Amino acid sequence: MWTHLRRSIAMAVICFLVCGLLYAVAGTGAAQVLFASQANGSIGPNGSLLIGQNWTGRAWFHGRPDDMGPYAANRATHISGGDNPLVANGVPGASGATNLGPRSLALLRDTRSLVILWHRLGVANPTPDLVTTSGSGYDPDISPSDALVQVPMVAKATGIAPARLRALIARQTHGPQWGFLGSPYVDVLTLNEALAQLRGRSS
Amino acid sequence: MDFALTLLVLVVVLAFTWRYLGSYMAAVFGGRVRWLSWIERPVYRMLATGPEREQSWKRYAGALVVFSAVSILATYVVLRLQGHLPLNPQHLGDVGPALSFNTAVSFVTNTDWQNYAGEATLSYLSQITLTVQQFVSPAVGIVAALVLVRGFARHQASAVGNFWVDLTRCLLYVLLPIAFLTGIVFVAQGAVQTLAGPATIHDALNGVTQTIARGPIGFMEAIKELGTNGGGFLNANGAAPFENPTGLTNFLSVWLVLSIPVALTYTFGAMVGSVRHGVALLAVMAILFGSLLALTAAAEHQNNPAVAAAGVRSTVGNTVGKEVRFGDTASALYTVASTGTSTGSVNSAIDSYTPLGGLGLLAGMMLGEVSPGGAGTGLYTLLLFAVMAVFLGGLMIGRTPEYLGKKIQATEVKLAGLGVLIMPITVLVLTAVAVSTAAGRAGPLNHGPHGFSEILYALTSQGNNNGSAFAGLSGNTPFYNVVGAIDMLLGRFAIMVPVLALGGVLARKEHVSQTLGTFRTDDSMFVGLTTAVTVIVGGLTFFPALALGPVLEQLSHGSFF
Repeated sequence: MWTHLRRSIAMAVICFLVCGLLYAVAGTGAAQVLFASQANGSIGPNGSLLIGQNWTGRAWFHGRPDDMGPYAANRATHISGGDNPLVANGVPGASGATNLGPRSLALLRDTRSLVILWHRLGVANPTPDLVTTSGSGYDPDISPSDALVQVPMVAKATGIAPARLRALIARQTHGPQWGFLGSPYVDVLTLNEALAQLRGRSS
Repeated sequence: MDFALTLLVLVVVLAFTWRYLGSYMAAVFGGRVRWLSWIERPVYRMLATGPEREQSWKRYAGALVVFSAVSILATYVVLRLQGHLPLNPQHLGDVGPALSFNTAVSFVTNTDWQNYAGEATLSYLSQITLTVQQFVSPAVGIVAALVLVRGFARHQASAVGNFWVDLTRCLLYVLLPIAFLTGIVFVAQGAVQTLAGPATIHDALNGVTQTIARGPIGFMEAIKELGTNGGGFLNANGAAPFENPTGLTNFLSVWLVLSIPVALTYTFGAMVGSVRHGVALLAVMAILFGSLLALTAAAEHQNNPAVAAAGVRSTVGNTVGKEVRFGDTASALYTVASTGTSTGSVNSAIDSYTPLGGLGLLAGMMLGEVSPGGAGTGLYTLLLFAVMAVFLGGLMIGRTPEYLGKKIQATEVKLAGLGVLIMPITVLVLTAVAVSTAAGRAGPLNHGPHGFSEILYALTSQGNNNGSAFAGLSGNTPFYNVVGAIDMLLGRFAIMVPVLALGGVLARKEHVSQTLGTFRTDDSMFVGLTTAVTVIVGGLTFFPALALGPVLEQLSHGSFF
């Protein structure tokens, strides 16, 4: 028993030093030397490419809704759940998945409210991604069709021809990685950065 | 089409992993791999032990249990004191006693159930302390399986190996190198790895100011998956882009969680001198995994019932709680691999899966985590089922059953039966306790059958040391912290100790040579029998509970709760 205990304590210390501190420090060192941009959060001038943001109004492409999404200002249609504290979107305590079940009345109501909100924004047929929340609550991406259904809204607000917006989306679309891993997506931040350039040139 | 290609590539990659990681691990545990012996030797000196000093199963089990207890205590102390310790850039306070206890037990038992949101609760030092257990707990699972394998491989032997040597070799030669190399890939793809605190950025386009949680995430992600742990740095786990940024890391995660459980069947075959026996076990795992994946992937390719009722049609399956970059099939593949391996990491909100999709995930755990199961735990649990199958086969042909030349007699069947039955008893009794008490019923977020599913899922997950959750359940209450910890401890040690005992008992037996009348344990008949035993045991014990949860929910067409 005492032998076991003495060895256990020694082994726990060794494991903490090697698997804990050394692993974390050596890993961080390697990451910072080899892939500094990724290791620090893929942060560009306007935010991280991997963390979704709130886009409001009709002149930008919107990401997927989450608890703090474009609709948070409207308390009447505030999206349920999402009570997991997380410091994202600048407001702690309000992100994460909704965790509403497939036969949840709250999910049914939320989805209906989101459909109405998209109709008000001028998007006639919102896609499933646009009326449902993601797993992280800050999905940085939308699918190409999620972007395409927003074209009439953005075209009307910015005065840019729909054809040019569709070409913009096509340029910003990433196919599945290596041709087969995952689904095609558009990063909303880079899409809107490209849109801003287009608007700068147009005006 | 992409999904078919993904599966094909996965099968090819896993075949290589099975063959080469499997034989490498057999060499490591046989003491034939020595490239890090310059680190090994001083460790043995500090512990005053060495490969030549083998232990009986009782001393082996004693060392394993005492070491795990020390690990729980050490982790608990760090969590309780994190506010006073370094590496805490967000100045987070100490973690409360019930949550610290639950979390310490959770990571030491390889469960990684998380009743907290990592980025808002734990300092970097606490996360690093949990990462230590993400290395140690799978190593403990693997060496426990090793004892059972040695039980079959050794004859008339009283010693089953040395716990400290096996543990050290597993960490040094298997877990640390693979985790470090794959950690680099995670970071290259976009996983964050920094000791600097959160970043605050202003977006001039939309006027949004964000504060983004960061930390030493990427390398934790690698061992989280490789060690079938599942506890992520961030609350959103593998759905968070900082943990699982791309389709490639998603695939890498699936490969990592499956690699050790799959490869161990080769290690087993090599050590007992019959790779065919390892293939038979792998076939059982593959049949179960394939069936569960087919169920969940097909179910998640359907629209979410609530979204459909709101009048939105979907050609991309159930999008609720899923990330766009993964889509429905890559999400289903990840979560089936994760729930079938006692990993429990998630890349999508499984609470929002369709009823049958969620059923597939629950079933992976209820079968005892053998599809293909956790690191080590999957192999030894399936060997328990194999012993039961041999016993049944022996009854049918009227001979004393044998497995790998060992007579399976009353003691062996009792130990295997104990190992198989403890999990369902623990899970069902604790679920009954939770639904009969106000504290237990206060947990679920959802109403109707899904609320019951959330409770059932939580206790099944912890009792199988999985750690995934129907996360609507509010688990950070004294009730769920304590009941969950009991569930995890029983699910780990009340099975592991009988397994070690079985290894010790078998090692002492003599080898009987195979005759024409011996029931074959390496052919398709045996694969079918073992699969049937696994499914029947799981099905009979859990069907009533499943009927009240996901089955009822599936049948409630048009009803919302």
